[in-house]
Amino acid sequence: MNLEQHIRERLKKKPVLVMSHLICGYPSLDDNRQMLQIMHDAGVDLVEFQFPFSEPSADGPVFTRANQKALDAGTRVADCFELMAWASSKFSFMPVMMGYTNTVIQYGEDAFCQKIAACGGRALIIPDHPPEEDTQLLAAAKAHGLCVIMLMTPTNTDERLHTLGTKASGFVYGVARRGVTGAKTAFDTGVATCIDRYRHATSLPLAIGFGISSSDDVAFLKGRAEIAVVGTAFLTAWETSGPDAAKQLLAALT
Amino acid sequence: MWDIFAIEKNGYYGRYGGAYIPEILHTTIEELKSAFDQARRDPEFWHAYETLMGSYSCRPTPITHLENISRDLGGAQIYLKREDLNQTGAHKANNVFGQGLLMQRMGKNRVIAETGAGQHGVASATMAARMGFKCTIYMGADDVRRQRPNVFWMQQLGAEVITVEDGTRTLKDAINAAMRDWVGSMDHSHYVLGTACGPHPYPQMVSYFQSIIGKEARKQWETMFPGEQPTAVIACVGGGSNAMGLFQGFLDCDACKIIGAEAGGRGLEGHAHAARLAQHRGTEGIAHGYRTYFLQDEDGQMRDTHSVAAGLDYVGVSPILSYLSDIGRLQSEAPTDVEVIAALKKTIQREGIIPALESSHALAAAYRLAPTLPTSARLLVSLSGRGDKDIFTIADALHDPAWEDFITETAERYKKKR
Repeated sequence: MNLEQHIRERLKKKPVLVMSHLICGYPSLDDNRQMLQIMHDAGVDLVEFQFPFSEPSADGPVFTRANQKALDAGTRVADCFELMAWASSKFSFMPVMMGYTNTVIQYGEDAFCQKIAACGGRALIIPDHPPEEDTQLLAAAKAHGLCVIMLMTPTNTDERLHTLGTKASGFVYGVARRGVTGAKTAFDTGVATCIDRYRHATSLPLAIGFGISSSDDVAFLKGRAEIAVVGTAFLTAWETSGPDAAKQLLAALT
Repeated sequence: MWDIFAIEKNGYYGRYGGAYIPEILHTTIEELKSAFDQARRDPEFWHAYETLMGSYSCRPTPITHLENISRDLGGAQIYLKREDLNQTGAHKANNVFGQGLLMQRMGKNRVIAETGAGQHGVASATMAARMGFKCTIYMGADDVRRQRPNVFWMQQLGAEVITVEDGTRTLKDAINAAMRDWVGSMDHSHYVLGTACGPHPYPQMVSYFQSIIGKEARKQWETMFPGEQPTAVIACVGGGSNAMGLFQGFLDCDACKIIGAEAGGRGLEGHAHAARLAQHRGTEGIAHGYRTYFLQDEDGQMRDTHSVAAGLDYVGVSPILSYLSDIGRLQSEAPTDVEVIAALKKTIQREGIIPALESSHALAAAYRLAPTLPTSARLLVSLSGRGDKDIFTIADALHDPAWEDFITETAERYKKKR
């Protein structure tokens, strides 16, 4: 079954899937394993494994700091692969690699995709890699059965959304608002209009991210999108109130 | 003249360049590309730019013969293109005012800029004050500490200076922070990138505005030495904007060598330098929106760099210079901190010119080369900025005890007043 079929299968059991997120090596790889157990227990459907990068220019302040701390603690690309492989062998959610172009090209596009596939990864989300740039990423991903997830954003023209739609596979990541990760989004008619525009551009399942932090936000997506992305809210709960709070947050969202 | 628009293909110069940007900036970058293309095809635009720089920034800047030092060294004659005489004391003004004119055409009213040493920040704040824009400058926390006088001036000029605590708290982190601002504010804000790096069209656009240096210098050279080419043109290379500016005027001169001077820091053996092209110390990578040579580890994480000159310690380099280096047109040197300080002192004492520490790298390269050449040879060096504005940094580099006493006494006086 390909990624889209997997998602459709899960959607038969619940109206909105949840994709959660962690930064490999932050606060530590041990913490990551505990986070993954919590995500599994909460019934999360997809998990983004962010590979830390020294120049995380598409991330907000919380993730930027976490990227740096993961690197300061000595996290290597090999550790990220290992964590993903461990999670794939133990849990049923679908792992997705998230990170920056340089991490992929330093390893080699083909070797990287091969490795992600071997670790059970299903897709790549690379926010600084527009589909028209000429790395071998798209071809390599395809060769190893991985989807490169396209991001659709509020500033894109309808024409651009259409182009992104034709290049997408697996699912589409729709950005709910301008700016970077981590700030609050008001889920209102503005967001609904955005989602409608994305919907017109793709028939793939639609994930909505940037600013989802409550069960009301997830409820808002019912009938509008298929996947709710919970990123910063989980990490902030973990950092400020500990594992139990992060667990409760996910339980409320799933 | 050598044509930067002829060698670019879809935003690339050979293998380097591109626009590795988050999708949310796609429309903004497309708008910028189209505004810039329209502007550069409009002869009135360049004319307005030259007029502005002529009335506000001392252009055309002169060429000065270093008679004493050339005689001392006993080889090639050394000439300086005096970018230090620009408004705000460096070539940075050229790019910033050009982008300011473009902002007027695009109808944007807020400037976002990153700054390392603070020169680009001061130039941006100056432009914003003069043109009536709001201005936010991002600066790494370590740089804020090292370059307090520039922070003072930016604030006096009405800019908001935001201290960046992320990462290594230097220029690259300020670039990332400026990008983050831009992805939320692009409707009214323009990101005035300070050097010939970043996503397309920035390397090209910044080089285009800086080409005023090379255009002037070529014309002046032809008047001074009809029918003769310089033996070499030399410029320091941080991101590469002053180098691109001067080089463009001479890249079509077959007999003229093109030499870049990067930060040799404490020597190229370890990692305490910022030589990306010299001795092929950098490796290919993608960050800050473009592909070029970066100083990075095996996982592609950017390394800490070092230079006595805060404006040269950037991890990447203009994709156009990477291309010119690959095809063998650009030669790169990396004078060490020690050589650079010696060159700085020599220039002050023998010629009465106070160069910036950045520009002193180009001078150090010229002083190395001159004695190996006959007295009939001529070198043209970009004096990209003046040094007196960097009095704290230069005094630190020169370890002047009397200066340190003065600072200590001043600090004590402030303490008492509080």
